[in-house]
Amino acid sequence: MSDFICRITFLFLAASVAAPALAGPQEDLKEFQAFFENRFPDVSMAEFGNGAYAIDENMRENWLATEEFPPYEPMVDEGREAWNRPFANGNTYADCFDGTPGVVQYYPYYDIDKKMVITLPLAINECRAKNGAPALPYGKGEITHVMAYMAFESRGELTDVVSPTCDPNALAAYEAGKEYWYKRQGQFQFSCAHCHKTYAGSKLRTDVLSPGMGHTTHWPVYRADWGEMGTLHRRFSGCLEMVRGRVRDEQSETFRNLEYFLTYMSNGVPLNGPGYRK
Amino acid sequence: MRSRHRTRLVLAPVALLLLLPALPAAAQDRAATLEQGQQLAFDRSKGNCLACHVIEGGESPGNVGPPLMMMQARYPDKSELRAQIWDAHEKNPDSIMPPYGRTYLLQESEIDKVTEFIWSL
Ligand code: HEC
Ligand code: HEC
Repeated sequence: MSDFICRITFLFLAASVAAPALAGPQEDLKEFQAFFENRFPDVSMAEFGNGAYAIDENMRENWLATEEFPPYEPMVDEGREAWNRPFANGNTYADCFDGTPGVVQYYPYYDIDKKMVITLPLAINECRAKNGAPALPYGKGEITHVMAYMAFESRGELTDVVSPTCDPNALAAYEAGKEYWYKRQGQFQFSCAHCHKTYAGSKLRTDVLSPGMGHTTHWPVYRADWGEMGTLHRRFSGCLEMVRGRVRDEQSETFRNLEYFLTYMSNGVPLNGPGYRK
Repeated sequence: MRSRHRTRLVLAPVALLLLLPALPAAAQDRAATLEQGQQLAFDRSKGNCLACHVIEGGESPGNVGPPLMMMQARYPDKSELRAQIWDAHEKNPDSIMPPYGRTYLLQESEIDKVTEFIWSL
């Protein structure tokens, strides 16, 4: 558990300091979630992880039908096999993750020593490096299968990202992610917040815009459009392409910080990955 | 079916010939401009205004922005309408509507045509 330094420090801080009423991540979280709870009073905390399917009846029915025989099931099975298959040195993934795949709720977290946000895909490749296995390419393929199995085993756990107030650098990473989410991007000059907060629930042509709250609970996703599984960062790039904005690399600092902010904004929303989207 | 098709093909140029001289040249130009304006407004890789606005004649519109109708009543001054399309952020700094002119999503001549079309609604 020594990896979760931010977690331990935070508990210590929380116990020792009476929190001053400064605007910060905790206040952001309250504002963010209250916004969506007001706009969608009929959507429960658990339903927010279902995105547009939580708010559009027609789309919901099609989606529920697909979930009867989920197209991601074979990938979960492949991920389970990979999880149990020993590396050359005899260790398995379990040795890196405290013996259990059900830890997705703690990701991403801020590593104070490395001074960076650690996402689940990074942790998976770190584990492989530690055990002499080559890194898996990010974004799709085998890494998403391992993630899909871990997500499946984490279902029902509540998103539980440690407050970035645990460390000044963590706070800076969070602030960078937040700034990015609210900033206009690309030739169309839309921000993520425009589509997924201000106009969440509206229709853009035939797409119902999903609420930003719950955006991070169900990855990786099998998308009909992709014909395979993909990561949250791949979706970010898809949205940026839509607005003719600058696409970033999988696991780039920009995207990791964005994921850090966005996942913290979903604290308390139950995990329901892997997911299916059209 | 087939023979009816053929008659239409034969008749079309005749109809055009009969029609064309009846319209003054200016009106023909205007019809063409409106047609092109509509195409630019509907095309997903151009204006894609339907993503956000209900517009008469357009299919599966979004509802992010208000329906575009009775535009001359709301914009007696056509240049104000053009300004809204050129950069909606001028009037509403928080607007989600893309600044078509400022970020070169549409060329100036294309914005002129879209303005004519929208103004005709
Ligand atoms: C032009 C509008 C638009 C912008 C701007 C936009 N998105 Fe999206 N986004 C969509 C649409 C449409 C979808 C697919 C329907 C849905 O789930 O909302 C989507 C889907 C998503 C999803 C998947 C939701 C789910 O339930 O699985 C995520 C995550 C997401 N966007 C994040 C972002 C982020 C982060 C940004 C900014 C970098 C962004 N989007 C910018 C329109 C937009
Ligand atoms: C991504 C969404 C979006 C797109 C795409 C979009 N608009 Fe808009 N539009 C809006 C919104 C929202 C408003 C409301 C005012 C504001 O916020 O600027 C608006 C307002 C307008 C108005 C003023 C309406 C009024 O009643 O005063 C006009 C005119 C207009 N849009 C024309 C267009 C045209 C023409 C296009 C395409 C070339 C277009 N819009 C594309 C979102 C959009």
